[in-house]
Amino acid sequence: MLRDRFLSPYQHGSSAVHRLPAGAKLLAAVAGILLVVLLPRAAWGGYAAVAAGLAAIALAARADLRGMLLRLLLLEPFVLGIALLALLKPGGVPLFLSMLTKSTLCLATMILLTATTRFSDLLAVLWRIRVPALLVTTLALMHRYLFVLLEEMERMQRARRSRTFVAGRTSAWRNSAQVAGQLFVRTSERAERVYLAMCARGWKA
Amino acid sequence: MHVPDGFLDARTLVATAGLAAVGLGLALREVRRNLPPRRVPLIGLAAAFVFAAQMLNFPVAAGTSGHLIGAALAAVLLGPAAAVVAMTAVLLLQALMFADGGVTALGANVLNLAVIAPLVAWAVYRGVRSIAGEGQRATLLAAGFAAWSSTMAAALACAAQLAASGVVAWGTVVAAMGSVHMVIGLGEAVITMLIVAVVVRARPELVLSIDPAVRATRRRSIAYGSALAIGLMVLLAPFASSLPDGLEHVAERLGFAGRAAAAQPAPLPDYAVVPLAEASPWLATVVAGAVGALVAFGVAWFVARALAAPGPAGSRH
Repeated sequence: MLRDRFLSPYQHGSSAVHRLPAGAKLLAAVAGILLVVLLPRAAWGGYAAVAAGLAAIALAARADLRGMLLRLLLLEPFVLGIALLALLKPGGVPLFLSMLTKSTLCLATMILLTATTRFSDLLAVLWRIRVPALLVTTLALMHRYLFVLLEEMERMQRARRSRTFVAGRTSAWRNSAQVAGQLFVRTSERAERVYLAMCARGWKA
Repeated sequence: MHVPDGFLDARTLVATAGLAAVGLGLALREVRRNLPPRRVPLIGLAAAFVFAAQMLNFPVAAGTSGHLIGAALAAVLLGPAAAVVAMTAVLLLQALMFADGGVTALGANVLNLAVIAPLVAWAVYRGVRSIAGEGQRATLLAAGFAAWSSTMAAALACAAQLAASGVVAWGTVVAAMGSVHMVIGLGEAVITMLIVAVVVRARPELVLSIDPAVRATRRRSIAYGSALAIGLMVLLAPFASSLPDGLEHVAERLGFAGRAAAAQPAPLPDYAVVPLAEASPWLATVVAGAVGALVAFGVAWFVARALAAPGPAGSRH
């Protein structure tokens, strides 16, 4: 499914790109994105060079190019939406094109990074570069329970679907809200249990 | 509303990153100092919850559907500081794991959606509750209007950043983002109210215990009410037309004006896109903002009336 595919950006592999330390890859990706963002608007040669570099890395990673392209297409509408605003400006066409190129290159960089690096490895990097512990803990818990909650939500929706025949717009809104509200109640109950389990293992705030 | 990489200029990136870092830093300090330890894991799980809730579809029309942003919901369910931390985690995960929202624009996105949006939501939520009281209906009304206001505030902040980067003219972007998000904000308000209503019915203490200090007297209500009204006027109306002048003034003094002019080869007068605004842009913005706020408040009021149970909060359990 498209959604499941979107939710698992990492692709297992054993290429040299996969084996590079996560910190180095994150640094390289951020440096690449900074370069693209700061390039002058008409630096088409620079854009082409970055694109060529990304393509070379993607090939070296033996990554699923089709999957990455699909992900790029899924994210492109958001980029396009903002870029279109530039067209409202007189003489905005070159601006529109260069912004679209810049954003697409940055998107491709991040897609390549996330396809070859586990999020847990990126978290470890954030921990090492001394991002505040509370924020890293929050991110780690979020990442750990994200898929648990998504599955719980899926189960609740399935249960609802199997009991409801009519789905008008109003009832669809009420049903989705019911699922979300119940999910929050269950989430806060789960958080209590997680807290007790963390305390039992010696965690201190 | 996630700004991707490549739209904001270096000056805006640095400024927004600085402001976001200050906001996040204060929120982290507040959580460390004042939040009971047993609520800390909830921030992480609530962030996951917001992410999950954003994936729920709310069908609008003709096959399109909207979804939740969640800043106001987080503020109502977690309190302001924890909401800032949770929303920041959501944006970080979206940027670093799903390439959704730029990496260099992370500062701007955190500022708009994780600092400004939850804090505006909290201020409005508290303000409305202190006037309308603590019943279920008042809580829902406050949550709904807070959701609309926070959506508008985040959209206007985003518009200001795009305009400051010279990507679009201020008048164009405010008209576009403002009018679109007046409607999106209504959806956000209704979704937030529906979800809060479910939580209030199942576990009222989860919502109502966040802010036990609200005990409004009539005099305080009047003070809050007028402060809110003035705040809204300031936020929604002259904000839109006075800020660009302020920005241009600052830019001129700092010597950015030449660069800004170079980036806009053929400047049109601001607001040229909106015909009504050509006569009196200030008045048009005031009217549009005030009408939007009134409509949102009205919608929130009606939905709250329809949703609130007849008995006192939590009487079903």
